[in-house]
Amino acid sequence: MPIVMDADRVGRSLMRIAHEILERNRGADKLALIGIRARGVPLAERLAANLKTAGGYDVPTGTLDITLYRDDLMKHQVGPQPILRRTDIPFSIDGRTILLVDDVLYTGRTIRAALDALIDFGRPNAIQLVVLVDRGHRELPIRADYVGRNVPTSRQQSVQVRLLEIDGRDEVEVDEVEGAS
Amino acid sequence: MTVATRLRSRHLLGIADLDPGEIELILDTAVAMKEIGTRTIKKVPALRGRTVVNLFFEASTRTRLSFELAEKRLSADTMGITTAGSSVTKGETLADTARTLEAMSPDLIVIRHAASGSPHLLSTICKAGIVNAGDGTHEHPTQALLDALTMRERKGRLAGLKVAIVGDLLHSRVLRSNVLLLTRMGAEVRACGPATLIPLGLKALGVHVTTSIDEAVKDADVVMMLRVQHERMYGLFLPSLREYFNLFGLTPARLAHAASDVIVMHPGPMNRGVEIDSAVADGPWSVILDQVANGVAVRMAVLYLLAGEELT
Amino acid sequence: MMAQATTAHVLKGGRVVDPRAGRDGHFDIRIENGLVAAIGKNLPLDEARVVDVPADFVITPGLIDMHVHLREPGQEHKETIATGTWSAVVGGFTGVACMPNTDPVNDSASVTQFILKRAADAGFARVYPIGAVSLGSMGDQMTEMGDLRAAGCVAFTDDGKPVATALLMRRALEYAGMFDVPIIEHCEDPSLKGDGVAHEGAVAALLGLRGIPGVAESIMAERDISLAELTGGRIHVAHMSARQTMRAVRDGKSRGVRVTCEVAPHHFTLTDEALREGAGYNTNLKMNPPLREEADRLAMIEGLRDGSVDIISTDHAPHHADEKALEFDRAPFGIVGLETCVPLCLDRLVHAGVISLSRFVELLSSNPASLLKILGGTISVGAPADLTVLAPDAPVTIRTATLVSKSKNSPFDGWSLRGATAATIVGGRVLYANPAVTDAARFVIT
Ligand SMILES: [Zn+2]
Repeated sequence: MPIVMDADRVGRSLMRIAHEILERNRGADKLALIGIRARGVPLAERLAANLKTAGGYDVPTGTLDITLYRDDLMKHQVGPQPILRRTDIPFSIDGRTILLVDDVLYTGRTIRAALDALIDFGRPNAIQLVVLVDRGHRELPIRADYVGRNVPTSRQQSVQVRLLEIDGRDEVEVDEVEGAS
Repeated sequence: MTVATRLRSRHLLGIADLDPGEIELILDTAVAMKEIGTRTIKKVPALRGRTVVNLFFEASTRTRLSFELAEKRLSADTMGITTAGSSVTKGETLADTARTLEAMSPDLIVIRHAASGSPHLLSTICKAGIVNAGDGTHEHPTQALLDALTMRERKGRLAGLKVAIVGDLLHSRVLRSNVLLLTRMGAEVRACGPATLIPLGLKALGVHVTTSIDEAVKDADVVMMLRVQHERMYGLFLPSLREYFNLFGLTPARLAHAASDVIVMHPGPMNRGVEIDSAVADGPWSVILDQVANGVAVRMAVLYLLAGEELT
Repeated sequence: MMAQATTAHVLKGGRVVDPRAGRDGHFDIRIENGLVAAIGKNLPLDEARVVDVPADFVITPGLIDMHVHLREPGQEHKETIATGTWSAVVGGFTGVACMPNTDPVNDSASVTQFILKRAADAGFARVYPIGAVSLGSMGDQMTEMGDLRAAGCVAFTDDGKPVATALLMRRALEYAGMFDVPIIEHCEDPSLKGDGVAHEGAVAALLGLRGIPGVAESIMAERDISLAELTGGRIHVAHMSARQTMRAVRDGKSRGVRVTCEVAPHHFTLTDEALREGAGYNTNLKMNPPLREEADRLAMIEGLRDGSVDIISTDHAPHHADEKALEFDRAPFGIVGLETCVPLCLDRLVHAGVISLSRFVELLSSNPASLLKILGGTISVGAPADLTVLAPDAPVTIRTATLVSKSKNSPFDGWSLRGATAATIVGGRVLYANPAVTDAARFVIT
């Protein structure tokens, strides 16, 4: 199965994105990072570190669990509820530009849920979307502002993002088996 | 211990039906739910389109409001049926009421009833998931869960905690649910009350039973005071509430023998000067307001976890 | 399916168990005009119609259940004398004694006569009315026991509750003693029973059910045994459930007090643990006295084994399904028992090696007949042919839906047991042949 990003490429992409963020926002004074559970969280933390390295900024970082906002939450006829994890946004999002961070952008439904959730926390100036991989096949009118890599895929393929903090190594793999991304 | 990924039953009839992993799952979910209460907009769309019926046959403002708030925060459609007094006077049996409700296709029914086992009866008639909000002198599972969440928050663990539960052990559903939960989670439970208010067979539940509050409180990490009902309830059980306070009331002097970081809990509403001295109720040990906040979170967790299991 | 009572029949070759007659072996029984005409080996067939009894069937004196609530008059939605006595016959009983807690209470000869008339009209099991000790069973004024006795009452009780005061019990024992009739006592101290709904113990503690301690029963039994000792009267402890009561009865017997006792099948087959099964709180497990704990159940078994228990009776207490479909606190006490008794006793007592078949016959026929001084309890020439035919090895699965009693409130639904009633013969007429038992149809004589 092809590895489309290795550890080095993941690292370089995240540093490039940090620079793009600083450029586009003319600094990072009013920024905040919010990672979507699970793999958006370490990505947001790494971006925060990169923003510190690249511009000396301390950007506050939060964690969002979108389980309760999923549009398929009560659709399955039988079966367990997804396990709910803690949302932790230890700052006010009012008036800030929020950088919403996730690993893979696919149908857009996860981001839709995350936007719904964020709005419940206050009124940010703007929300920008950061993803490590955009694999296409959008079902909602959503696009990313910063993309690590565009990876064209078919719907039958799955995209596996592995991160050091969770999986023990950094890589992005495209799998031929039909499954969840 | 492994945390469960789901509840095995689609009802919450009692702690008796939960294993330790399921208890952890509910508590962990409640921790996540608690955060919602800190937001500006304290509402999530998780149970949108779901109908929850609150069937309260017994007056209980606190528990009812707590469930209603939990349901609203999860965006459920709620319907309240409160029968003042007993259903006997209505001439309609619980089974009749259950069948009427069934026609409205609720997803979950929250029931509070004066007769032990009423939620169990309901579960044999209704397709909806049943949540026991207190049945007679049997169980009050969400109370025990919110108590456990409070203890875990304050003490970081449940296993190994020394918990004294003091009061009317005979008529207390809070006691039963707490004993089942705490012993299951590895806490050491001392149950204390007047000998006339200790049920035969309590020891069989794996608790230390004593009539000495000093023995119960000694080195305790948690002291939980149970509500004592009105004097007239007690007939031959107690000579007077005055004597009850003398023998079993929690005072600062008695509390001094507990662990230095002891916390004091009470399911409310309190009878100051009967089971608890005001100095204790209002003192630094008291976590009674935490219990109230945790009540909403635990009920949100239970409703959320059961809602996914209901369409079988 | 009824035989012509005027023709002679011979039941040929069955094992006859009749302890009072000292008989246990293969004998022929000749029935003529509804009476036992002869019993012996190789009876002449003499143009009689012959029933070839399968060798593994057992013929016993007709079984008698001395503690049955027939509910009529007053609560015919639960049971009638006709449905109750038919349920008895299907269960293998040729006679039942019925409790007086009807509406009105059987406290006068007119009610007794009404019951006997209804029973005769139904024509199923024989009915022996039991009169009330006090008017309306209210515990104040003694009933006209002489009149009731003359009308057909075989004993007195205020069952449903205990005889209200020690003084009333004393007088009742003295007065009934004149007719040599026993007082049957529902032993229960009302203050200790309180509003209890289940045995007071670990299970009730867990389920949050108000408890009735075992001593609520034994304390009243001890009072009554002392009074029987004082008066020389006969006291019979009904539906004994607690180990403390068993001890009190044994003590009384060893002192020579005229005390006897009975146990119901649910008290030697079930414990309060059953209340936890399934969804829990099954109201068909609610009866009074309640199902007790294992030590009590074993004490009942031991009493049955060693002879301290005199009688097995069912405390057949029918209730309509709607009345039982209530919260446990509110549902009425009692279960039906007539149709489940024989399989439970054969499986759990005889096959389990607790008692012999001969002792089974004593407990279910000879002893109740002796106690109440009524017909039967043995097979004797010249007496009405009341016989029960057992198929001790036939498999039975209890299905409450198919019970013929008007009420189905039994906790034994789905129980698979070994031992069945094959046929029930009252006054020489085969009233029932069990269609589920192979070869029982041989008893259907046309
Ligand atoms: Zn009785």
